[in-house]
Amino acid sequence: MERLSMRQIQHLYARAGFGITYKDLQQLKNKPLLTVVKELFEKSNDYSLIDLDFSLEEVKGKEMMSEENRKELRRLFKQSTENLNTRWMQQMSVTDAQLREKMTLFWHGHFACRSFNPLHNQQLNNTMRNLALGNFKDLLLAVSKSPAMLAFLNNQQNRKNSPNENFARELMELFTIGRGNYTENDVKESARAFTGWGFTPFTTEFVFRTKQHDFGDKTFMGHTGNFNGEDIIDIILKQKETARFICRKFYKFFVNENINETHVNQLADHFYQTNYNIGSTMFLIFSSDWFYSSENIGVNIKSPVEFIVGLTRQFYVSYESTDMLLFLQRALGQILFYPPNVSGWPGGKNWIDSSTLMYRLKIPSVILNNGIIELAGKTDPEEEAQVAMMQKQESQIHRKIKATADWDHFLQDLPQSISREQLVDYFLAPDLNKRKYALLSALSESTVKEIIIQLVSMPEYQLC
Amino acid sequence: MKRRDFIRNTALASGALMIPSFLKPFELMAAESIGFKRLVIIQLSGGNDGLNTVVPFGDDLYYQKRPSLGIDTDEVIKLTTLQGLNPAMGSLREIYDQGWMSILNGVGYPNPDRSHFRSMDIWQTASGSNEYISTGWIGRYLDSNCVECKSPHTAIEVDDSLSLALKGISNKGIAVRNSDQLYRTTREPFFKLEADDAKQNMLSEDNLGYLYKTMIETYSSAKYINDTAKRYKNTFSYPISAFANELKTVATFINSGLSTRVYYVSLSGFDTHVAQRGQQNRLLKVYSDGVAAFIHDLKQANNLDDTLIMTFSEFGRRVSQNASGGTDHGTANNLFLFGGKLKKPGIYNESPDLKTLDNGDLKFQIDFRNVYATVLDKWLGVDSGLILNNKRFNPLTIV
Repeated sequence: MERLSMRQIQHLYARAGFGITYKDLQQLKNKPLLTVVKELFEKSNDYSLIDLDFSLEEVKGKEMMSEENRKELRRLFKQSTENLNTRWMQQMSVTDAQLREKMTLFWHGHFACRSFNPLHNQQLNNTMRNLALGNFKDLLLAVSKSPAMLAFLNNQQNRKNSPNENFARELMELFTIGRGNYTENDVKESARAFTGWGFTPFTTEFVFRTKQHDFGDKTFMGHTGNFNGEDIIDIILKQKETARFICRKFYKFFVNENINETHVNQLADHFYQTNYNIGSTMFLIFSSDWFYSSENIGVNIKSPVEFIVGLTRQFYVSYESTDMLLFLQRALGQILFYPPNVSGWPGGKNWIDSSTLMYRLKIPSVILNNGIIELAGKTDPEEEAQVAMMQKQESQIHRKIKATADWDHFLQDLPQSISREQLVDYFLAPDLNKRKYALLSALSESTVKEIIIQLVSMPEYQLC
Repeated sequence: MKRRDFIRNTALASGALMIPSFLKPFELMAAESIGFKRLVIIQLSGGNDGLNTVVPFGDDLYYQKRPSLGIDTDEVIKLTTLQGLNPAMGSLREIYDQGWMSILNGVGYPNPDRSHFRSMDIWQTASGSNEYISTGWIGRYLDSNCVECKSPHTAIEVDDSLSLALKGISNKGIAVRNSDQLYRTTREPFFKLEADDAKQNMLSEDNLGYLYKTMIETYSSAKYINDTAKRYKNTFSYPISAFANELKTVATFINSGLSTRVYYVSLSGFDTHVAQRGQQNRLLKVYSDGVAAFIHDLKQANNLDDTLIMTFSEFGRRVSQNASGGTDHGTANNLFLFGGKLKKPGIYNESPDLKTLDNGDLKFQIDFRNVYATVLDKWLGVDSGLILNNKRFNPLTIV
């Protein structure tokens, strides 16, 4: 396959990024496949870190703080992580380094982590961004040494005489090789190897606490030696199954949630042979013929973040306040930096129930008409302490969305003569077959703007 | 499940696959040998302090561990010589005396997790503390072969959004705060259905089919719920609180004859690290007054015998109070059951052992999945093994 159809280019940008403008699509449509994919990668070389200054005062030990100060600190921490969240949402909505941001989003779900400390959240997020397309071992090691993850999976409490197995278990179960490929004894032994890995409280510094490390021999996956954490990671990466496990996740996220084992094995071979080179494996995905086959186009359900960012990018949407980006995430069931648990967001059909689907179908028309919508969402369990301190019972807080789409900007990109059929093709990813004609005739006689609003309100718009 | 029921369920379910569920005759849904039983789940979010809810006033250790937070013996509403209710729960006294309440002590799970979101996850998915499941236990009940499980309104959460507990793989419950509003929302233009087109689409197994299926089911459930609920005018008097109002909505649904099997309601704010007493008492009063009114409402409409109400919280709190007049995250907790047909009303098992603690926390006596399994097998009439990951949890003598 030398040249890509418009539909295929859109597919690439929907999966490797958050969508493509009509103008960019026209520019790419006659270029060869490899040129298009290379350009996508090149655009991701130039990117920005998230660098918020939280203006956090020197944070003292908890026991030294008054109750009042602690409360204030909690509030400040929460606020700061929310700022981080909305900054990232905005960055995804405008960046040219789409692939890098999309990969960062992938790793954010893969290495799912929650931290109270916004500095730790920001550091881990930037680590993932920097190494998003690099070497998987570097990324894994950096994540394993990040205070956010060390705290989240209790490795800070993993000491020589009282090992805590939480990190070691999730490292294998969720981050590298998956269930069925290690024993309970492997968990115990590797936990010993990670003893002493911690961070200096109230800093972002990793620290190896020699006194708490167990220097004894460990037997892990058939090897015996005085292993440290990095040795354990090396042994895990030697297992081909690790490459397969990660590639299966790549495939589900970027290609199709229904796995094709042949394609996954092809990817895993490459990933393993290149010593876990993420970038070249992603390149292989996006340059494979099968990636562009019809069965992989328009079949995945957009995650809430993909949906919100995609819409925001597509129509140059601005929100009355950044809080609204949080309300939207909450109503649709995915809040960045607040994954449901260490296994991340399950995705796929799991995103959709009666309530979220109604919101999804309604939100585009409301935003594009400059309307107002009331949203609700579950209180995050971690916020219960705040609910407890409020003197009124208010578990469900209704929030209004006010947003403006820049239609002028959007319509400038579209040719005056654009046909209804072209609009359908541009907005709806699934293969509509015969239904397309039924749909075209069902679109009531109206302006381009009205047609577009009808299209983005359809269930088909939920797929990419 | 009895073989006869199994065959009936499977036969109906496979036949029913061809008919969109909203077209199924109502009679099909109600007929089952176990009778039509409903479950109402009340979630207390934030980790309710069980020891100040059901107070072990007969145990000196309680007062030693809670020198200022302990509730005076005089104030406790005594149920036995050892345990009694928080004074804010006065309205449940009569419910208890009627034999409509069971208190299970020390309900929890092995290797307890003290994080809110993780422990809530465990309770809602019925997982062990070392496994991650992306579906809820009620969701998996909906996914099971039960006859009437095919519509979203089989499980209703009175809220604006749906909890994980009610999400299965191919079936999910529905969040309804206000049935009239839900109905109107589904009739707005953005939800407009090209009926024939949509029905075609929902027959396919892929994601697009799933979107259309959800849309059609929402469309028809919204109408069914609203039409049915409208027929019943609930004049029963409830206390004034958002929580009581939600229970009133549930009672209206139940008394109107809605074919819903599971209802889900939450009360939030139990994370009482600081100045617990006022906050918890206020919440327990809201809870107790609401539940008492709800039970009387069901009773007068003759629906109490077929309804089981279960209250849980993601964990209890530490046995010792902290330095801020509150308590920190703990482990095992009490769980309440209410209904007209309880097998063992009163206090089900021993008062928590405050002496033999695990790092300052209670050890659990009953795995919460034993409670779930019993409810599934004996009350909802499905095979709990199908829903609890093929694990067997021995039934309790609760229903």
